[in-house]
Amino acid sequence: MPDLLTEIVNKYNYWLYIILMMIGLYAMIAKNNLIKKLVGMNIFQTAIILFFISMGYKDNATIPIIMGGHGGEAAHKTIEASQYINPLPHVLMLTAIVVSVATLGVALALIILIYQRYQTLEEDELRMRVKQK
Amino acid sequence: MSAHYPALIILIPLLAAFLNTAFVWLDKRLCYPTTVLGLGGSVYFCIRLLLKVVGNGTMAYHVGGWAPPMGIELRVDNLSALVLLLVSVIAFMNIIASRKSINEELTFKSGAFYTIYLLFVTGLLGVVATADLFNLYVLLEITSLSAYALLAMGNQDRAPLASLNYIFLGVVGASFYLLGVGYLYIMTGTLNMADVNSLLPGIAGSSAVMVAFVFCLVGIWIKMGLFPLHTWLPNAYSYAPVSSSRVIAPLMTKVMVYVMIRMMISVFGLDFVFEQISLEGWVVALASVAIISGAVMALAQKDLKKMLAYIIVCEIGYMVGGAWLGNSQGMTGAILHIVNDAIMTFALFLVLGNIVFTRKKTAIKDLRGIFSSMPWTMAGFILVGISIIGVPPTCGFFSKWYLLLGGIEAGASFFVFALVLSSLISAVLVFRVVETAFFSPEDGGHEHEKAALNEAPVSMLVPLGLTGVAIIAVGIWSGYIVQHIILPFIQQGIS
Repeated sequence: MPDLLTEIVNKYNYWLYIILMMIGLYAMIAKNNLIKKLVGMNIFQTAIILFFISMGYKDNATIPIIMGGHGGEAAHKTIEASQYINPLPHVLMLTAIVVSVATLGVALALIILIYQRYQTLEEDELRMRVKQK
Repeated sequence: MSAHYPALIILIPLLAAFLNTAFVWLDKRLCYPTTVLGLGGSVYFCIRLLLKVVGNGTMAYHVGGWAPPMGIELRVDNLSALVLLLVSVIAFMNIIASRKSINEELTFKSGAFYTIYLLFVTGLLGVVATADLFNLYVLLEITSLSAYALLAMGNQDRAPLASLNYIFLGVVGASFYLLGVGYLYIMTGTLNMADVNSLLPGIAGSSAVMVAFVFCLVGIWIKMGLFPLHTWLPNAYSYAPVSSSRVIAPLMTKVMVYVMIRMMISVFGLDFVFEQISLEGWVVALASVAIISGAVMALAQKDLKKMLAYIIVCEIGYMVGGAWLGNSQGMTGAILHIVNDAIMTFALFLVLGNIVFTRKKTAIKDLRGIFSSMPWTMAGFILVGISIIGVPPTCGFFSKWYLLLGGIEAGASFFVFALVLSSLISAVLVFRVVETAFFSPEDGGHEHEKAALNEAPVSMLVPLGLTGVAIIAVGIWSGYIVQHIILPFIQQGIS
């Protein structure tokens, strides 16, 4: 049992993102309002972005900019990889953020179309009105 | 020059899309020629690329000159060259066939349509050509985002809602895939497919890699619409404007099957998939259920559009099942069926497009007497129908044959039963339409009065004719395709 606890405490960042992801998924499944579903979707995506960010982290490391000198000078220094956090996941997530913003934009545009058509964003009402048409 | 083919096929439609955004403001008439040129260029280079790859073997292209695993790599082998050609040719033929219906259905949005259409094709070609896991995610989202927009342009009452549902599920699918890639990156520290594949045996038995595989797989299944995860598919495809569903329905799902096969063979490796994970019994059973339920749900539809959408659900089961049978016959059948099913679905939607264009109604009961008013279109429908049922020498027969042989070899009797049953059900589906179209007199009473000829325009009939020829040609030369393109690829994967 203590093993499990230390396991959880040591990897608390992963547990946090799992909780966040489940909150997002719950909102997408259980909420009735389309905007709330959309917010859930965004939380879901953000959880994954945070997961990627946290996996680049190293203890006692700094931002990935070579310290002391630039250009030719820096190239001669020996670079210790463990002194710098891993920048690759962060760069990847810049792209993923763009993707999630674009998705949000498209979804909001569709929601505007739906609202103009049916004057409601509640899913059960929408279902009723679609049936009437 | 030829070393740059893998990049050119993606760049040309992308540049055409950029030009189009400018032309929307300057002069809308320029949009169509740019689109045709962009897609035509892509087709030309895809043909050259396929010939080169089949002759000289796999081509790798390092984007920006950065060697993998640091840089992004485009990698075109036999399978990707085949799928690239399929994607570009279908996208090109569709834009020719869609000219008139775009002008009619999407008058004010035609410029936007062409731009998004080009981006969609760019994304698909990129997904097929890339050899980088994260790059695949980005291109997949470019494809999906443009698909959401294209599908939402249809029926104003239902299409936006259907497309929004697709977004919710599509985002979950893509996020699962991304999560799987994250796990893989933690375990291997690389995103290049070949590099991941070479590092995985060193960490055999790791549960994180298994979870990564399952996440990737479920994500891809959501995107392709495998049976219990297919709920977004029928509505999204049937309320869309026919010019966009005609390209999205044959290509999107098939490219996702391609991605699944790519993950199984080139990333995780067949040893890992079939010996360490050994989910094949479950997946083949799931695929069989998908085949049967897709066919039964298609039978329950009263509208031609919905019926076609459920036929897609059924066909996805064929390909997933075939890929997971775990033998070379089944994999051959699955890959051959990617080609055949893309052609058949495209032909079905061309028929649908012609009917929508001339009659505006797609309920099956409204098709009465359509045979005498649209003989060429319906002749095309019968040809595709025969191919879907699986009668030689049409292409549908050959892939089904390989799938059956694979099923028997693997002892998956339920899968074989599902294949045979779905063939019978497709026969019923086709003949139900043909009966209404051919035998029922128009509105009773006027039995002897022949309906006036009201055929779709030539620009729509020619693509249908060419696709019909392709159905027979791919069937006749399927031996050649299997021998020279598919089998070398599978042998590479096994060794």
